[in-house]
Amino acid sequence: MFGTDGTGDTSGYGGLVRNAATTGSSERPYGSYFDDVADDLERAYPDFSDAIEGVVVDRGELTLHVKREKLIEVSKILRDSLKFEMCMGVSGVHYPEQSGRELHAVYPLLSITNNRRIRLEVSVPDSDAHIPSVVEVWAGNNWHERETFDMFGIIFDGHPGLTRILMPDDWQGHPQRKDYALGGIPVEYKGATIPAPDERRSYR
Amino acid sequence: MTTFTDPYSSSRETTEGTVFSVTGGDWNELVTEIGATKEERIVVNMGPQHPSTHGVLRLVLELEGETVTEVRCGIGYLHTGIEKNIEYRNWTQGVTFVTRMDYLSPLFNESAYCLATEKLLGITNDIPERASAIRVLMMELNRISSHMVALGTGALELGAITPMFFAFRERERVLDIFEMISGLRMNMAYIRPGGVQQDLPEGATQKIRETVKEMRKAFKDNATLLIGNSIWMKRTVGIGYLDLAGCTTLGITGPVLRSTGLPWDLRKTQPYCGYETYDFDVVTTDTCDVYGRFLIRMNELEQSLRIIEQACEKIDKLAGAPVMVADKKIAWPAQLAMGGDGLGNSLDHIREIMGTSMESLIHHFKLVTEGFRVPAGQVYAAVESPRGELGAHIVSDGGTRPYRMHFREPSFNNLQSTSAMCEGSMVADIIGAVASIDPVMGGVDR
Repeated sequence: MFGTDGTGDTSGYGGLVRNAATTGSSERPYGSYFDDVADDLERAYPDFSDAIEGVVVDRGELTLHVKREKLIEVSKILRDSLKFEMCMGVSGVHYPEQSGRELHAVYPLLSITNNRRIRLEVSVPDSDAHIPSVVEVWAGNNWHERETFDMFGIIFDGHPGLTRILMPDDWQGHPQRKDYALGGIPVEYKGATIPAPDERRSYR
Repeated sequence: MTTFTDPYSSSRETTEGTVFSVTGGDWNELVTEIGATKEERIVVNMGPQHPSTHGVLRLVLELEGETVTEVRCGIGYLHTGIEKNIEYRNWTQGVTFVTRMDYLSPLFNESAYCLATEKLLGITNDIPERASAIRVLMMELNRISSHMVALGTGALELGAITPMFFAFRERERVLDIFEMISGLRMNMAYIRPGGVQQDLPEGATQKIRETVKEMRKAFKDNATLLIGNSIWMKRTVGIGYLDLAGCTTLGITGPVLRSTGLPWDLRKTQPYCGYETYDFDVVTTDTCDVYGRFLIRMNELEQSLRIIEQACEKIDKLAGAPVMVADKKIAWPAQLAMGGDGLGNSLDHIREIMGTSMESLIHHFKLVTEGFRVPAGQVYAAVESPRGELGAHIVSDGGTRPYRMHFREPSFNNLQSTSAMCEGSMVADIIGAVASIDPVMGGVDR
């Protein structure tokens, strides 16, 4: 739990380089209702093996990694056949070290009919950050996609009005990306200088 | 056109047409001036500084006469970058940030964050029962204080001043309890990963029971003021209509969804913190309008009181049980105690780490400065906040700080329904509709 990994550096200073670990694909049986969801989707969607890049069951949650070209098709089937009536938004995650799939969009889905939750995840390269918009499937994702565009620069193709939502319209950059500095200035207190939070020494 | 040059209230020509500034008191002159123009379509900016937009919310209205043809919300005025900041703080410090998001329901933010963190740590089942009961107690008290603001300010915005006084009086009682338990009235960072910050003070449940009795009586004041009141009915019945299909496609949860008759409440359907062991009802109405949502909030108060009483009973039964997870590598080492100069670190703990045990000092230092590590992965944990589903999506890279944290804020999501609720209605009805969504801009913008 405490301890150091790799460098043997016991000062606690590890710089600010952080690499998120990826959780691999899961094998059947997935447990809980996840097998049913996967079976139902395979039955309702013949292209399942082509569209779903991976199925991950971790900490009692099911994640389906979907190819972006198939996102709309899969979404419609999940909504209409599997009764995932609600999409609880979209959350972006930036993994700069995963080359070719730096930007992830995560969609938590909720089925009121079956009282189930699953998650869709779509990953795209930074150089071509386009994902089809699911607003035509779940209209409530409108603002969520605007926020993810605002914060990560992921462009949701087909969105009715993809503009910034939280940051000012003329803002430069996308603040939640890992290469976007937190900002802040060193603060002097009684002669000592305290660096900005992202410049401070920190534990890895 | 008249030619007055008041700098605070004037008109100017732009590429988009004539723009008039209104600051109040000059209405007659302005109406004369607007009357002279040929344009029938008027775009009005309501807010972000407007007393009845429920916070710094900007509404862009397109009017035809007094009928609203289009509504668009402008948000972001309260954006504080909490989600970014938290990536530079350890997991325990994160609580201090999330509590400031939706400032009217801080304990729900903390709960969602802590439940997600505990899921990542894999200690969900190790949380002591007493800690869960205290969380439930605090959340339900918070639901009351939050609904009180929703009802009070909602009524105030529609012109009823007395209910606001009554509602804030009751809210004060709840905040007094918060102060007694955590030392703070708002943003208390009381719920921590692994349990709660500290145990209840002596006599707390007794005080809460007395307050519950008083509140139960006092809630009737507001109920008799508003339920069935003919002016109130005219301002709320049939206003802000949004049916079940609209709610599901827009992802709306909470009282707005329950006003369509669907008893969807995460406390019942996907229980957390042991809600399955409490006896309470999910309140619904089937009117899909502002009045229905108002009734739901009114009746949820009573349900919350019921849960609070049961939680008090449970807490009393579990007297002396721990309120923090047993794993010393996660549990916060220090306890707080009331000293002569107020709440601070417990003197016993200071004595131990400074005087008797070097290992305790090292442990304290490591846990407080470095924090604990959370295994890599991602989770989504949702709680039923007073405004709907509050979800925390947290990604860990295995380090001592969250790699990415995103809050699915019910206020943010539900505010999208403003257009659906208001287009085609009168300007005055927007106020009621927005108040019935009960958006808290701190949560919307984060």
